[in-house]
Amino acid sequence: MKIVALVKHVPDAAADRTFNEADHTTDRTNVDGILSELDEYAVEAALKIAESGDAEVVALTMGPDAALDAVKRALQMGADSGAHVADDALHGSDAVATSAVLAAAIQKIGDVDLILTGMASTDGGMSVVPAMLAERLGLAHVGFVGELNVEAGSVRARRDADVTETVEAALPAIVSVTDQINEPRYPSFKGIMAAKKKPVETWSLADLGVDAGTVGLAAAWTTVETVTKRPERTQGEIVTDEGDGGAKLVEFLAGQKFV
Amino acid sequence: MAEILVLVDHVDGAVRKTTTELLTLARRAGEPAAVFLGSGIDAARETLGRFGATKVYVADAPELNDYLVAPAAEVLAQIAAQANPAAVLVPSTPDGKEIAARLAVKLESGLITDAVDVAADLTTTQSAFAGGYTVNARVTHGTPIITVKPNSATPEPAETSPAEENVSVSVSDAATKAKVVDRAARQATGRPELTEAAIVVSGGRGTGGDFSAVESLADALGAAVGASRAAVDSGWYPHSHQVGQTGQTVSPQLYIAAGISGAIQHRAGMQTSKTIVAIDKDPEAPIFAMADFGVVGDLHTVLPQATEEITKRKG
Repeated sequence: MKIVALVKHVPDAAADRTFNEADHTTDRTNVDGILSELDEYAVEAALKIAESGDAEVVALTMGPDAALDAVKRALQMGADSGAHVADDALHGSDAVATSAVLAAAIQKIGDVDLILTGMASTDGGMSVVPAMLAERLGLAHVGFVGELNVEAGSVRARRDADVTETVEAALPAIVSVTDQINEPRYPSFKGIMAAKKKPVETWSLADLGVDAGTVGLAAAWTTVETVTKRPERTQGEIVTDEGDGGAKLVEFLAGQKFV
Repeated sequence: MAEILVLVDHVDGAVRKTTTELLTLARRAGEPAAVFLGSGIDAARETLGRFGATKVYVADAPELNDYLVAPAAEVLAQIAAQANPAAVLVPSTPDGKEIAARLAVKLESGLITDAVDVAADLTTTQSAFAGGYTVNARVTHGTPIITVKPNSATPEPAETSPAEENVSVSVSDAATKAKVVDRAARQATGRPELTEAAIVVSGGRGTGGDFSAVESLADALGAAVGASRAAVDSGWYPHSHQVGQTGQTVSPQLYIAAGISGAIQHRAGMQTSKTIVAIDKDPEAPIFAMADFGVVGDLHTVLPQATEEITKRKG
């Protein structure tokens, strides 16, 4: 079977993330990028399935040149090949356009049985692209998956959303995972060396047959009007417990009318 | 005035508070029309009318219960195509966001998620980068689809007697591919829902796995219980209670972090809370830098003392 792991390159959440002043898009230049943490769980889930059977894993990303690092990380972890959709026209694309481009890329990869990705990116964090992809490709989407079994042409998953559900879907299907599903491996030295020889395709919008006029900031169906940095939180009173810490805590809460 | 569709969030007809918040917000921009999917309308009718729904679209079919959200998205799209609303408001729950995502593709419309405010002109406000920024945005194409976070508005009653329209349901094969074979009942903890609560008390690694002090304080305050990722990964508390980057984002009036160091992973889920209180043994814990009040000490002694004091004050 063929598994596609969708991997997004995002600004490191531990860094001081910001927006480009000119167009209010995410600043992907001045902040170090990494593979979105939640997508690591998707890559790990794909590798586990591949190891227990006969499957190949393709890591797919969309984004500027640096986004290739997300694919590389997936290859170092053990994915077999990569695909990178890169095109200047993509800058500022909204989620709807992103899903159209990824759907085209998945169709170009062809004969895909399972698409795995994280439950959300750690930058935009909308958590909507997997469901949009399912809508476009006419596939099942099972999201917020904390446990996944793939057998005999179908998936059975534990979905931890509003309530916990057990869901079954025939392949091909899209599954997005939470951080409860596994413990992602760190790339080994051997894995890092092997990754250098793995094939990576780079596709433009033309390669995918996507009209450049339907993507990017100008074609986005939403617009950001203002971005305002929130003031940093300032430290209030910190006391050390000397047997009266709980009482002092309640005094504070009472002063704020919570008690 | 154009209709604003509001997707009702309910459990067998028991309308959740988020719905009354959405109806209140919808009233600013047009005539709120509730969309009630599934069974239980008899239990919901009165609440929807009390909070200003001028119309209620009702659709019920087994598919809405037997499969994941795709049939709900199809029915909502059918209603939107007929009603031609000025906007569609959907609760920012896992199911709500998936429905909104599918709807955006179906209606070829822009989508904004996790709004904390919706203005009369449908401009939205939301947080970005773990609460580091506030963003104002607008949908510029199609029917604006906006998912709204819990606690974004104070529900205001506006008595109406809504007209009711039964919608016939036809669900495509494509929407019946993810079958729900088992669904756990919503756990009745007697505590408020994590994302809806005005007060949240969370425990982390410092609990050592014993959440009783956290739960007792939460109950004394009428609060929901949260947990850090470290606590959830250790199996001490269910994932549905996880606050942080890879769990829930909460924004209560008061957030009490007990035994939580305050790694970025956790801060991302709670730093827009109005007031933050921290209790931790380590005076260097990063959580103290953002706390309005902090106690350096052992939560296993500080929390029970606070609980006792609150109980005493309540008399």
